[in-house]
Amino acid sequence: MRDSLRYRIFIHVAAVVVSLIILAPFAWLAIASLSSQADLLKIPLSWIPSNLSFSRYSQIFTSSSGTIFANFRASLVNSAIVATATVAISISVGIFGAYAFARLRFRGQRASLLLFLSTYMVPPIALVIPLYLIMVRLHLLNTRIGLIIVYCTFATPFVLWIMGNYFETIPRELEDAARIDGCSRIGALFRVVLPLARPGLLSTMLFAFLIAWDEFLYALIFTSTTAAKTIPVAIAEFTGRYTTDFGLQAAGGILAAVPPVLIAVIFQRYIVGGLASGAVKG
Amino acid sequence: MSDSTAQLPPAPAARVPHAGGTSWRARTREGRFALALLAPSIIVVFGIVVYPILRTLYTSLFAVDTPFPGHFPWVGLDNYKYALQQSDFWSAVLRTAYFTFVSTGFELVFGMGIALLLYAPLKGRWVFRTIVVLPWALPTIVNGAMWRYFFNAQYGVVNAALTQLGITTSYHAFLSSPFAALNIVVWADVWKNTSLVAFFLLAGLTTIPKDLYEAARVDGYGRWGSFVHITLPLLRPVIVVVLVLRTIEAFKVFDIIYVMTGGGPANGTQSIAFYTYQRAFSDEFFGYGAALAYLIVVFIMVLAIVYIRLLRSENYGMA
Repeated sequence: MRDSLRYRIFIHVAAVVVSLIILAPFAWLAIASLSSQADLLKIPLSWIPSNLSFSRYSQIFTSSSGTIFANFRASLVNSAIVATATVAISISVGIFGAYAFARLRFRGQRASLLLFLSTYMVPPIALVIPLYLIMVRLHLLNTRIGLIIVYCTFATPFVLWIMGNYFETIPRELEDAARIDGCSRIGALFRVVLPLARPGLLSTMLFAFLIAWDEFLYALIFTSTTAAKTIPVAIAEFTGRYTTDFGLQAAGGILAAVPPVLIAVIFQRYIVGGLASGAVKG
Repeated sequence: MSDSTAQLPPAPAARVPHAGGTSWRARTREGRFALALLAPSIIVVFGIVVYPILRTLYTSLFAVDTPFPGHFPWVGLDNYKYALQQSDFWSAVLRTAYFTFVSTGFELVFGMGIALLLYAPLKGRWVFRTIVVLPWALPTIVNGAMWRYFFNAQYGVVNAALTQLGITTSYHAFLSSPFAALNIVVWADVWKNTSLVAFFLLAGLTTIPKDLYEAARVDGYGRWGSFVHITLPLLRPVIVVVLVLRTIEAFKVFDIIYVMTGGGPANGTQSIAFYTYQRAFSDEFFGYGAALAYLIVVFIMVLAIVYIRLLRSENYGMA
């Protein structure tokens, strides 16, 4: 049965409206990042900037160290390293645990999964002070490694949850066949289960990356210089200090958004598949 | 038909370890293997967080006024009692509850609409899906800074658009009014996080068998009827998962408030996490801050238990 014309018009109009609501803020952010300060401070605002210039971006990429521009650049690098390492570690650690939750039966299984997930309920503000003292003691304050260690504590439970559910959807028979052919359990995990779990794995990696890229409070308390400061902290500091330099705020914001947005766009076709068999099962 | 299935070899279930006949020894072996597989996760997660969790609980029982170790007077539960007597505390709780329920509510409703659109036979569906993913990927801090700029009293686009369209006659300092500021923070949160909710719900929609809709159509249900009688009931587990995730996240709200309003104006956007942050870091009442942090955990746990009950009543959840 065909959908009525009215219905088809309705859904397309609705999709366009939603798209505009989403894209308009991005568009203005992009325009602001390219507009001159004078244009941005004009009242009444003129919607079409008198000239567009990429100077803020080129300054961020080329300024010598010590300037605000170079600080943005350094914190982008820090964020990239911290988020990538968090993904790599939490995935490689969590895959084994997820497999145990999905395939093995052991005492306290449900309770231990809930224990892992319950760490999500503890607000970072509850842990930040004692963690700070640990960081001081271990000489990890203001280091990327310190942040990576902390970020893995909340990325790993996510991996256990989504990948655990995803593994359950992969037929055991395939694994059994591999084991009859002489594979060990771990061998079967790597040769049979993981390749089939690719959509789940990719969407979990995307989630972990976004969580790490987005984190703010720990980075705010634990980092103080360009050695480890991440981009959310750099942006918060900048917008707090130069409250009307909207052009540079916008340029910094766009740069901070580009890596996660690109990754999300590239990986987006795995999100639904990964969640459909993984997270939405509860 | 039942004859042919009867002749098939026993289903693999017979060999699944948790089936009835498994020996105690096999179970123990599985338990050890599970522990070995889980060990790295246990170390990475609990090796780091157990000490801080206990330490904060311990700190909350003392009158601590510096972040550094030392000897402090024992006050028992006084920090907790004090918090429960503060009107500041309760206003922060109410504000956080308002933020949580209003933003989660809108995210669910809009998210459902967008999920249905993403599932509908749209031309250029791929493009629409790519657009919807964008706000979710935008970092929270950038999102907050962006909306603060857009709602700026002099240079914000919202003021410019409203006056140039003739909707308002003069510029408004939206973020200077406590309740308006709170609602603007809600809006910024909804704008960003509806995407995530939509993707969860879309994932749920894809698991609903299409022939159910066919059957509903045969039975004379329209679009609305099949939404109410098929989609909503079958999506309930997903809705509960999303609700739990978003509620916990919203109840801990801190980042977006830090960057958009700093808790102001007149504490109008001071969430419970932000109140805790200010007591601990601006006032250096670390014992009190620790107690507040644990009160947040209690609130979140109560909400989570309510939701898990909902999950259970559906007989749903991980094995």
